[in-house]
Amino acid sequence: MAKQEMTGAEIVIKALADQGVEVIFGYPGGAVLPLYDELFKQNSIRHILVRQEGGAVHAAEGYARSTGKPGVVLVTSGPGATNAVTGLADAMMDSIPIICLTGQVATHLIGNDAFQEADTVGITRPVTKHNYLVKDVEDMSRTVHEAFHVATNGRPGPVVIDLPKDVQFATGTYAPPALFQHKSYAPQVKGDLKTIKEAVKMIAGAKKPVFYSGGGVINSGPKASKLLTQFVRMTGYPITSTLMGLGAYPASDDQFLGMLGMHGTYQANNAMHDCDVMVCVGARFDDRITGRLDAFSPNSKKIHIDIDPSSINKNIQVDIPIVGDVGHVLEDMVKVWKSEVCKPDTSALETWWAEINDWKAKDCLKFTQEGETIKPQYALARLNELTKGKDRYFTTEVGQHQMWAAQYLEFDEPNRWMTSGGLGTMGYGLPAAMGVQIAYPDSLVVDVSGEASFMMNMQEISTIIQYRLPVKIFILNNEYMGMVRQWQELLHGGRYSESYMESLPDFVKLIEAFGGTGIRCSDPAKVDETIIQMMETDGPVLVDMLVDKQENVFPMVPSGAAHNEMLLADQEEGKGPEVTSEGMSLV
Amino acid sequence: MIQKTEIHRHTIAVLVNNEFGVLSRVVGLFSGRGYNIESLTVAKVDEDDNLSRITIVTTGTLMVIEQIKAQLERLVPVHRIADLTLDGPAVEREMALVKVESTGEKRVEALRIADIFRARPVDTTASSFVFEVTGVRGKVKEFINLMGDLGRTEVCRTGIVAVRRGHDTIHKSN
Repeated sequence: MAKQEMTGAEIVIKALADQGVEVIFGYPGGAVLPLYDELFKQNSIRHILVRQEGGAVHAAEGYARSTGKPGVVLVTSGPGATNAVTGLADAMMDSIPIICLTGQVATHLIGNDAFQEADTVGITRPVTKHNYLVKDVEDMSRTVHEAFHVATNGRPGPVVIDLPKDVQFATGTYAPPALFQHKSYAPQVKGDLKTIKEAVKMIAGAKKPVFYSGGGVINSGPKASKLLTQFVRMTGYPITSTLMGLGAYPASDDQFLGMLGMHGTYQANNAMHDCDVMVCVGARFDDRITGRLDAFSPNSKKIHIDIDPSSINKNIQVDIPIVGDVGHVLEDMVKVWKSEVCKPDTSALETWWAEINDWKAKDCLKFTQEGETIKPQYALARLNELTKGKDRYFTTEVGQHQMWAAQYLEFDEPNRWMTSGGLGTMGYGLPAAMGVQIAYPDSLVVDVSGEASFMMNMQEISTIIQYRLPVKIFILNNEYMGMVRQWQELLHGGRYSESYMESLPDFVKLIEAFGGTGIRCSDPAKVDETIIQMMETDGPVLVDMLVDKQENVFPMVPSGAAHNEMLLADQEEGKGPEVTSEGMSLV
Repeated sequence: MIQKTEIHRHTIAVLVNNEFGVLSRVVGLFSGRGYNIESLTVAKVDEDDNLSRITIVTTGTLMVIEQIKAQLERLVPVHRIADLTLDGPAVEREMALVKVESTGEKRVEALRIADIFRARPVDTTASSFVFEVTGVRGKVKEFINLMGDLGRTEVCRTGIVAVRRGHDTIHKSN
């Protein structure tokens, strides 16, 4: 029993080190000074000083999503904790494992409206998977180890540990992770074999099947992605992916139909609508995916694999639910498929693929790059082409550029695509890119951004400069909050209420002021050389790509419409489905 | 796919760690996701393992009830969930303390009704009684209604506690 006496702050740092933590993203303040003092005295954990606590959580998310390890955040009490809330909510929605240590006023001051006091456990309860307030130093090591267990097991998520300052100073006993076992939290990871057999039988008997995979495959680890790829190839069936799941199945593969959902491809959404068997692997039938619920894939039998039982039958009633880690379940499915010598119905499949290929022939992502202005799609298609084969990671902010990035960038591997899917947090991408670059200092990390999102967390350039992180910021600048403008055009009679940004800064000078390199490009002929220059320039580079201000994201399933009622780019105006008043009220 | 809209009432028992903030997690889940709470009771039931039992009566469509249980199960300090409505017959009881102010013939009538309901007077003055009544919610409600006719009342109810009939316990169910 390797137990030792030390202060609460020492215990925290020791526990983090024993949990394998290499890096912490944080910002000091009064209530965490003992912790920062301990950080100062050691060398095993590196601290990255962000410029605002929100940036710390997004950076930790980027780190976590690209490495599969939990991201760790350290912030002070009161405003430090409240600034972290958006990032926590983001991590909660996208199931990212985060440990967020927050300082708290001394226990005897809690509830007294003390300086920089906030009810952190109260505020963060609905946006975390779990949270703790450590009132007794003897609970410290158990709590930290338990927090890691909770954050990383089952469906991952953020966990907050609130640490009163007097508890950080108090002396207690340290216990290593091995001595600990959780009392109540033990999520099911193995799927029920009988149900899996039933599901495989249904899959094998399908005539118009489709796989629909999500972020759960990425969260399960690279092995799950391999198994998914193996299983889908064994069947020869088409597969589509959610925004969060991109990269789990190679985008360059012929069986991949592209992303589905509101801005998904024509072939993916039509396949979902017309299929007879749908296999949902680690996705959650989110409203961006389903469109109108009562018209969602009306004739299909649905199989749903998810580690979180509360995801099953939440929005869509399914026929075969399988609770378990997708990695384990897919492994069993592959085994069963082999042992039962399952064969797909080749003639039915041929007809189905013919149908799908007709939809593909619509070429729903085509665009024409002509004239003097750069099409955002073109800029991203070139970015994809010119970075192909490189060890590349992409993050995004939220809005039009995010959807174009999802459509035009190709991901053949998991963990290379970091985006805020569930919460839709503008300002996510830059700090997230920072977190990725910390994990992979020699890789190409690009934050695909819009000028409005970029300005939400642009203070983090200062962090990027401090740690010499060669992050590339690729701004598609249309001088609008593009997605807001698009919806105002389509749904609010073109009344562009507050979606135009006047007095934008000179982004090139801006990054230069911080100490980085800026490149502006407004000429379609110079897009390639700009991208090459961006990659070849050492250190942080910002590209201010001035793009078409009026461009909209297509295809689009308008709010309240069904999957097979998509708006396409070349569709004549007024030809799309009517948006009902019910649809209008959807986000 | 087909959303059944019929509303059902379910009694759910939840075994939780008796720890800081656990009740607010449960209540916060209900308010945050827009679920109903008709009644909620909570008390420590296991000294050795430091467990509390929460009994919640809630209403919703079957899909919502299923969600409520899955969401409760997801809370880290939750050990066990039992849907006492679904798992078969359960004994459900509620206790109420009912103060009734009345004099003369009405006072005698109050005692007579209390006797029928097996309610016990636990406090008395020349012009008032406090009755303790226990039973299923319908019985308690009826008793309160009748007392209301006999004078000014003050009512205090515990909410429902429930346990499954037969030998299976919450530790062995599911």
